[in-house]
Amino acid sequence: MTTATKTESAPLVELDDVSKYYGNIRALEGVSLEVRSGEISCVLGDNGAGKSTLIKIVAGLHQHDTGTFRIEGEEVTLGNPRDALDRGIATVYQDLAVVPLMPVWRNFFLGSEPTKGSGPFKRLDVGLMRTTTREALLRMGIDLRDVDQPIGTLSGGERQCVAIARAVHFGAKVLVLDEPTAALGVKQSGVVLKYVAAARDQGLGVVLITHNPHHAYLVGDRFVLLKRGVMAGSHTKGSVTLDELTRQMAGGTELEDLRHELERPSGT
Amino acid sequence: MSSTAPPSDGLDHVDERLLRTTPLKKLLARPELGSVVGAIAVFVFFSVAADSFLNPSSLGTVLYAASTLGIMAVPVALLMIGGEFDLSAGVLVTSSALVSSMFSYQMTANVWVGVGVSLLVTLAIGAFNGFMLTRTKLPSFIITLGTFLMLTGLNLGLTKLISGTVSTKTIADMEGFSSARKLFASQLTVGGVEFKVTILWWFALVALATWILLRTRFGNWIFAVGGGADAARAVGVPVYRTKIGLYLGVAFCAWISGQHLLFSFDVVQSGEGVGNELIFIIAAVIGGCLITGGYGSAIGSAIGALIFGMTSKGIVYAEWNPDWFKFFLGAMLLLATLLNAWIRKRVEATK
Repeated sequence: MTTATKTESAPLVELDDVSKYYGNIRALEGVSLEVRSGEISCVLGDNGAGKSTLIKIVAGLHQHDTGTFRIEGEEVTLGNPRDALDRGIATVYQDLAVVPLMPVWRNFFLGSEPTKGSGPFKRLDVGLMRTTTREALLRMGIDLRDVDQPIGTLSGGERQCVAIARAVHFGAKVLVLDEPTAALGVKQSGVVLKYVAAARDQGLGVVLITHNPHHAYLVGDRFVLLKRGVMAGSHTKGSVTLDELTRQMAGGTELEDLRHELERPSGT
Repeated sequence: MSSTAPPSDGLDHVDERLLRTTPLKKLLARPELGSVVGAIAVFVFFSVAADSFLNPSSLGTVLYAASTLGIMAVPVALLMIGGEFDLSAGVLVTSSALVSSMFSYQMTANVWVGVGVSLLVTLAIGAFNGFMLTRTKLPSFIITLGTFLMLTGLNLGLTKLISGTVSTKTIADMEGFSSARKLFASQLTVGGVEFKVTILWWFALVALATWILLRTRFGNWIFAVGGGADAARAVGVPVYRTKIGLYLGVAFCAWISGQHLLFSFDVVQSGEGVGNELIFIIAAVIGGCLITGGYGSAIGSAIGALIFGMTSKGIVYAEWNPDWFKFFLGAMLLLATLLNAWIRKRVEATK
């Protein structure tokens, strides 16, 4: 594999000891994350662990307060989401991915529509948009029946996949996925994870935010565990087992306590 | 199946999982279908109920009634697809006519100057609506309700202050009146039937709006800001600029409409226009625009306007009391909306 040589170069995205405070609230402290080309870095954590804050920093919605944020070795502070997009970081939000009433091909090119002609006759290149959408989706392994159908008629998983394919098509180098499998069934989740892997195989660096260690372990190369705003662990695939990951994620001792609490009082 | 004739490009490629859609079914999926059915029903109804309804001369009258409304229904429909309302659209037409007339009368000798100033003022009011909406993020219902009331007051107050009465002075003897009248309020005779020039304006605007909606980037953005503003913003669509552009479109058409009002009647009553904003919205909704945004068409608004024209004139031809007109309009609105919802459900179910 080529990954052995690739690891020598600078990571696509590198967070080093990054912290973020909202007034006197510590949202994130001392978090480090590395995203390399052709790898999937998973960020795991329960609700309120700081996952959203972390992706908002990477996506350019918020700015970090301390620590360093490097993109391809260059230290940066992103001003807004457009900044992040221009540097090749595309974020797919779970509920903000698409406009449901619009056809798939219109959604695919939304905001970056190709045109032909000039002056008052400048118009959408509809033929190109339709064929490109079909081809780009096919390349990701998504075989749509009809690119003219409203995207709202697709399942949640398919919609995520279209959003991922769109990011790949428009030349993203880093793909940030916010809980792509959270609202999906087992089968749908599997489909989405397949496309996440397909994006990785095309050489993208992927940040996968999730609270499901099973999904993370299936595809992830690196794992960062967040708990109450601080890093509770950082592993590579070789150095951790699924059981360990699950236990750390759920907070082993907390789970133990929970079992005691839930236990039926015996003898009554 | 690929062994026989592999598709040369994606365009001709038809997926075998897709059942062949007949042209009829494609037609059924159009947003304006409900209004077409309604328009045919209204047409048949008045053809039977009123003998003179089918006269060629009636056609000109019906189309004229439809066009004066239709000119405004087009931008209001676009705005609704973009997810917003404009309650000030009705009185804005009157404001535009008043500004044009009074500026010409008070300041210059040529009505074209007034026409130009009126365009600027009307666009400024449209821009005000758009900026207030995007700056304050209040619902457009509230913002334009405010502009509606303010304009209603300004129309009456300023006209009384400047002209002394509630209507403007005649400008028919001024320079440029006849040429302006030719553009905004002339008549054409085709095959012995008189047609007002507003019908041409209306058709041109419907064609332009359809082109913009379906074949330009701006049109794509209109659907997007109405169907999911946050998702649109996340992929880089200029949501605010799109909405302000839509309000400017309403203002531009209000200007055309206002100039027609002025040059066909010569004097303008300052209290006119109140209540028309709802009729524009009704035409758009009958035409298949989703009131929550993101779905609809310009052609639908034209058919909605045509239903309005046929009903308002059909009642006259049938020699009924015109008091019944509003009842018919309300019933049409309900029926068309129900029909739209039902058809959309059927089409989506059979897909």
